[in-house]
Amino acid sequence: MRNLKANLLELVRRTSAELPDDVVTVITSAATQEQEGSNAQYAMNIITSNIDMAKLKSAPLCQDTGSILFFVKAPKGFDQLAFEKVAREAVAEATARGYLRQNSVDSLTGKNTGNNLGPGSPAIHFHQHRGTRADVRLILKGGGCENVGAQYSLPDVRLNANRDLDGVRKAILDAVIQAQGKGCGPGILGVCIGGDRATGYLHSKEQLLRMMDDVNPEPSLSALEKDIVISANKLGIGPMGFGGATTLLGCKIGALNRLPASYFVSISYMCWAYRRQGFILNDSGKIVEWLY
Amino acid sequence: MIQLIEPYAEDKIRALKMGDMVHLSGLVYTGRDAVHKFLHEGGKPPVDLQNQIIYHCGPVVIKEKGKWVVKAAGPTTSAREEPYQGHIIEKFTIRAVIGKGGMGPRTLEACKKVGCVYLHAIGGAAQVLAECVTDVLGVSLEEFGSPEAIWAFRVKNFPAVVTMDAHGNSLHAAVLEQSKEQLKQLV
Repeated sequence: MRNLKANLLELVRRTSAELPDDVVTVITSAATQEQEGSNAQYAMNIITSNIDMAKLKSAPLCQDTGSILFFVKAPKGFDQLAFEKVAREAVAEATARGYLRQNSVDSLTGKNTGNNLGPGSPAIHFHQHRGTRADVRLILKGGGCENVGAQYSLPDVRLNANRDLDGVRKAILDAVIQAQGKGCGPGILGVCIGGDRATGYLHSKEQLLRMMDDVNPEPSLSALEKDIVISANKLGIGPMGFGGATTLLGCKIGALNRLPASYFVSISYMCWAYRRQGFILNDSGKIVEWLY
Repeated sequence: MIQLIEPYAEDKIRALKMGDMVHLSGLVYTGRDAVHKFLHEGGKPPVDLQNQIIYHCGPVVIKEKGKWVVKAAGPTTSAREEPYQGHIIEKFTIRAVIGKGGMGPRTLEACKKVGCVYLHAIGGAAQVLAECVTDVLGVSLEEFGSPEAIWAFRVKNFPAVVTMDAHGNSLHAAVLEQSKEQLKQLV
């Protein structure tokens, strides 16, 4: 755990201020697709300047620095309690330094804790794995996009969506229609088919850890991911919902087993300010690789 | 590009049309969920809102060497204020509301009645927009928490798009309608 606090503080700073290269690449390419002089192009130009400026100033890309979601894969013997303690210290310090906004509110009293600490914040998901290194990833997910996430229980009469991939497609496209510009599009979807209501949403968020240009190893899901992006972009909702060519930048779909009685489609919408970063720590606690 | 400069006279606001791209310069007051609920329930505003602009924004503001410094100041989702906004626009003669994601029919109706527009800022563009804040003039209702307080900002060349004008036009309603039509071709 040596240097862990400094490493986590740097992870939070980077995640909040710098979009990963794979995300910047798709945004930059999308910016060229909008019509000259359109509201959509205006929005994309401001978005790309903002990405550059946040990195240069080392300041939060978006003022809603979001839910703080850690995903940790750690070797046997890794001290999770010590990690959690240090992570909490790093989050409080990052808040004091302005890398994170004071963003954690007591749901009963309405009082802001002022340091981003409280029940559920930060959220840390631990998994054990073989090997000697720890894989630590962070997603900062803003409230605007979290609010337009949706969970469907199929069959759905309103959508004429059955318990098959065509039904899943109808549910996902409905979520895009419902979100319009409110989730700060162009967005990226993480989707889970199956699971229960809790694991479904969690797995949909884990999809957001995937690289933008990866290929789903399951051919039917890979085809659906591509189809969703193409179809959503035909809807014409566009950046910020101004109308335009790019409504979605990507879609990542995973599947969990379900109960015979349940068929959930859980959709997490990520805004264009797709803040995720991570690193690999070796057994002496040194960062040996940045992951995005 | 249309320059919208304080004072925000009614005729200037009524001259704006849906789809206009503007650069705003002048005073804006931030106000989001807690402030809207407070004003809607009859709370007395600590600042004079008459002919002013409300910005749906929960900024990151830090005190450095005794001075407020805005670290991030992008818009938050406006739809949450729909139950309150129309009433507040009418009660205080608000001239513009800045936010993101657009608002509903009650707000649109109040915009028409009072002479007010909805200015859509670019969601997530906290740094570009923070650069447009040239001065922090003060803060009130800080007891709601820093992001929920009323911050008085002076802005210069703040970029936004008029997505709801004072003539009953809403880009949000138009895009929603269009996208629903498109969806019918796709499923």
